[in-house]
Amino acid sequence: MTEQALGADARVVIIGAGHAGGSAVAFLRQFGFAGPIVLIGDEPTPPYQRPPLSKAWLKGEADAASLMLKPESFYVEQGIDLRLSSKAVAIDRAAKTVTLDSGTVAYDVLIIATGARARRLPLPGADLYGVLELRNAADAEKLKTAIGPGKRLAVVGGGYVGLEVAASARALGADAVVIERESRVLARVACPELSAFFQSYHGAKGVAFELDAGVEGFEGANGHITGVRLSGGRIVPCDAAVVGVGAVPNDELAAAAGLAIDNGIVVDGEARTSDPAIFAIGDVTRRPLPLYGRMHRLESVPNALEQAKQVASALTGRKQPAPEVPWFWSDQYDLKLQIAGIPFDADRIVVRGHVEAAKFAVFHLKGDRIVAVEAVNAPPEFMAGKLLIGQAKPIDIAKLSNDSVSMKEVAA
Amino acid sequence: MAKIIYIEHNGTRHEVDVKTGLSVMEGAVKNNIPGIDGDCGGACACATCHVYVQPEWQAKLNPPEDLETSMLEFAENVQANSRLSCQIPVSDALDGLTVHMPESQH
Repeated sequence: MTEQALGADARVVIIGAGHAGGSAVAFLRQFGFAGPIVLIGDEPTPPYQRPPLSKAWLKGEADAASLMLKPESFYVEQGIDLRLSSKAVAIDRAAKTVTLDSGTVAYDVLIIATGARARRLPLPGADLYGVLELRNAADAEKLKTAIGPGKRLAVVGGGYVGLEVAASARALGADAVVIERESRVLARVACPELSAFFQSYHGAKGVAFELDAGVEGFEGANGHITGVRLSGGRIVPCDAAVVGVGAVPNDELAAAAGLAIDNGIVVDGEARTSDPAIFAIGDVTRRPLPLYGRMHRLESVPNALEQAKQVASALTGRKQPAPEVPWFWSDQYDLKLQIAGIPFDADRIVVRGHVEAAKFAVFHLKGDRIVAVEAVNAPPEFMAGKLLIGQAKPIDIAKLSNDSVSMKEVAA
Repeated sequence: MAKIIYIEHNGTRHEVDVKTGLSVMEGAVKNNIPGIDGDCGGACACATCHVYVQPEWQAKLNPPEDLETSMLEFAENVQANSRLSCQIPVSDALDGLTVHMPESQH
């Protein structure tokens, strides 16, 4: 549905200057909206890319300037009222204002892009120096100083962020031990085949694992962490610990304003909330996934960009972009992991390629249709899989399983 | 530093100076040029920075590596002169490089 474009002098206010908020500004201008935009962020820096914080940036292969979504001059040239180090504390929907810690801003359209924060473990010792999380540039700075040669890093939580940090720590000469509550790494986000592969690959690179291991607390001396205490009492010694056990949406402002919330701000396919003057985008939203016929909260850059395009399209009267297949990526050592789709209701797994050669893909099927693919160093499988998920096209499983049949032919 | 010329699918032309060391994709994204998204930030993971390189420039570029070639294999509207612009580092030698954008990046 194409909508009435926003009036030329309508004021758009965006809370949250992360990847979603920053991209919304860029697309609004690209799509021709020339009116006033206020971008409010609680960090001191303009919008930047977060994915490299656990990878290239942490390893010193990318500098801070290269992480910036746009150079600072962009915001000046485009007339963006950038309010950094500013925290939004309330939304008044009747008056259409946002209260900041430094004043009040009126809006015609509000976009909430407040993201998610690292889930914290309410455990004894969690406030010790050296108990870290990784969500923003300030966290990453602290982590970087903690993982030099000879240091030992405990990674609490064997998810993607944890494994990426472990890989970067090894690259920097630090020891790393991954502590995971479940019996396998990536338990929430990947299939057992992929978990086994990643654990074995990290093991070969010298990463240690503590699986089925609950954490009871953090041990310290002189205010500084010295170890992680597992349930049962055993202590894993370390110089620093990074806790990566998931993220929770920053939806409290929206909830307090009475918007519909369900583990995230509920939005429609144009990123509109239950208030027609308020949109929400990025990690903070629970959004429709038209290809899967359900609502879901996605934490990913492609999701932030897709919803930024949706809101910019809605506000400029542009045709909505076609729904995208959700996708994710992770780089660890020389492994390029690319994931497309989500394995909702999958009833079969097909492994294609050679796990031992670190070049393979795991396809998740529902009947004869691919619903997700996890590809390790296998871009054709990822790209073709993503295409086939979007088309919901039945495929020949015998061909898919046989890697001497090209993906071109599988997709034909 | 090199002048890079980006031409949108609708013919709109953008001429910008891009610093040596940045990629052709970064040059577009940092200048907010529509039509090159660069979703993955240059990790060669998404193929949303697809461009067509003018034939006279093709030979002057670093040739594509296997990863780029296999990503391009399944991108839409691929031609013989298709490249992923995140894999083209800008140098003085590329002054005047002209790239055209496909109709869409998906």
